[in-house]
Amino acid sequence: MDEPDSFATQRRLSEPAGPTGPEDNAGTDRRRWSRQERAQAQIVPQERLQGPIPWVIAIMVGLMVIAAAGALALRNTGRAATSDLAGGITVQIVEARPEVRARLAERAALVLREQPGVSDVELVPQGELDALVEPWLGQDAPEIEDSAGGSAYADLPVPALIDARLAGPADPARLAALRAVLQREVPAARVDAQSTWLTPVFGAIESLTWLALALIVLLGLATGAAVLLAARTALGNNRGTIEIVHLLGGTDAQIAQIFQRSTAIDAAGGSIAGFAAAWIVVVLLGRTFGALQAGLVTGGALGWSDWAVLALIPVGAVALATLTARWTVMRALKGML
Amino acid sequence: MTAAAGGEIVQFDNVGLRYESSREVLSDVSFTLYPGSFYFLTGASGAGKTSLLRLLYLAQRPSRGVVRMFGTDTITLPRDRLPLLRRRLGVVFQDFRLVPHLSAFDNVALPLRVAGVAESELAQPVRDMLEWVGLADRMAARPATLSGGEQQRVAIARAVIGRPQLLVADEPTGNVDPEMAVKLLRLFEAMNRLGTTVVVATHDAHLLRQVPDSLIMRLDRGRLSDPTGALRYPPRRAVGPL
Ligand SMILES: Nc1ncnc2c1ncn2[C@@H]1O[C@H](COP(=O)(O)OP(=O)(O)OP(=O)(O)O)[C@@H](O)[C@H]1O
Ligand SMILES: [Mg+2]
Repeated sequence: MDEPDSFATQRRLSEPAGPTGPEDNAGTDRRRWSRQERAQAQIVPQERLQGPIPWVIAIMVGLMVIAAAGALALRNTGRAATSDLAGGITVQIVEARPEVRARLAERAALVLREQPGVSDVELVPQGELDALVEPWLGQDAPEIEDSAGGSAYADLPVPALIDARLAGPADPARLAALRAVLQREVPAARVDAQSTWLTPVFGAIESLTWLALALIVLLGLATGAAVLLAARTALGNNRGTIEIVHLLGGTDAQIAQIFQRSTAIDAAGGSIAGFAAAWIVVVLLGRTFGALQAGLVTGGALGWSDWAVLALIPVGAVALATLTARWTVMRALKGML
Repeated sequence: MTAAAGGEIVQFDNVGLRYESSREVLSDVSFTLYPGSFYFLTGASGAGKTSLLRLLYLAQRPSRGVVRMFGTDTITLPRDRLPLLRRRLGVVFQDFRLVPHLSAFDNVALPLRVAGVAESELAQPVRDMLEWVGLADRMAARPATLSGGEQQRVAIARAVIGRPQLLVADEPTGNVDPEMAVKLLRLFEAMNRLGTTVVVATHDAHLLRQVPDSLIMRLDRGRLSDPTGALRYPPRRAVGPL
């Protein structure tokens, strides 16, 4: 009789084949497992990088990476500045008469050098002080010069400055102790921690860091929503296929795997593109800021560990997309018998 | 194994089915299918043939009653055990249900791939089967580019490729010419001789006469009539393996 040869196939399909069968001993034959994997990959061929979802994920990942890079750069800036300034103190000698001021400053410097735990005591030279005030007063101050003659700012009550470094942080107790010591010898001395000058800057840096973190969280939520919508759309588009594979004896895990694999491919494509674009933007911005040669900004350069942290964003996006797809299809399958 | 436990492939006991909250589309349906038998399920359009077959191929749970398949109570069976039962079935859906973006070859290979058969083992049987249903030159074609009859033949090839223990076919010859219908019926008979229990739903009275040894289940507005008692008390021939 003209029966098809395939009837000769000996093995019945109901015999458990591979690890998908619930009655199979898990992970017995490695080679068979990979063969099974390949067979499953071909149950439904993958459509690659189609539709708007890879783009949405690329944009989200790109923005998140840029925001995170900003946050990390700000944190680095803050840290660099803090460690530079942590032990730094400035002593000002406020005295109108230049000769007295110079003498008092010498005296204060001497006292400071004698204190234990105080190092790098340096009397800031008059030339540097002039340079500091110059932007506000201009190189020549004719009226002042005319009336007083001699050095341009000789008569200005610009305080004398002494920079010094404490062994530990310049906390209020240490400052108070130093003030007490100086008070006896040089009553005109004012002691300040250098970090106090930058408190408003640190405040601004901190606010910006929080802002960047908030942006990352919001973008993350938006990415999650986009991925959820994508998974729902994909489920809608593939519902017929999923039902067929289900009715042909496909397990939930098999079907979810087909589905999450295609989502993972979309998400990976989008994430890689978004990360690459963000990397270019961040590197170019870094160059621009680096060219400013401003101490604060150059302290914010991103290191390898920072890039490692940033790389977690695309990885996380792919994981999120894959898990969401799996969860979505698993839930849909639970609704089928 | 006792004859009772091993002898039946399907047992329905007082099965009722209603969709949502409407009237029952199946009521008090009781019957037993024995291995190696050939059944026709007939009845007017809307009588509930597809609904009964959906219970049979485990796409639906009944609203009441007991459905036992291969000796297992499917009502109490945990969900994750159903796939292995489904792999013992071959189904020709009334609306074919081919995967639209897969070629005829891949559609027919689908049950084998789901069951984890290696590519090297499945290529030849799938090709032979497609050749046998007359689609040797259409293996790479997508369902949308196939005629209704060609799609139906792909659906049938997919249903029988895994040598199921129970073959369920819903109007499997509705879209093919009488000559092809008879040829496909011969395929079902050939499978039946090899031990597959076959259930074919059809309104085509001409088809019923083609299989002289077949048993007839008639549905009338959701109720199964068994005028000859052959379903409840099947003739000796059908009992036990051939
Ligand atoms: N998913 C559904 N939801 C609600 N009612 C349904 C559903 N499927 C079928 N029905 C109803 O159940 C009854 C039986 O339908 P069924 O499809 O089983 O009939 P049938 O005998 O297969 O008809 P046909 O010969 O036309 O294919 C019909 O009245 C139909 O309207
Ligand atoms: Mg029908």
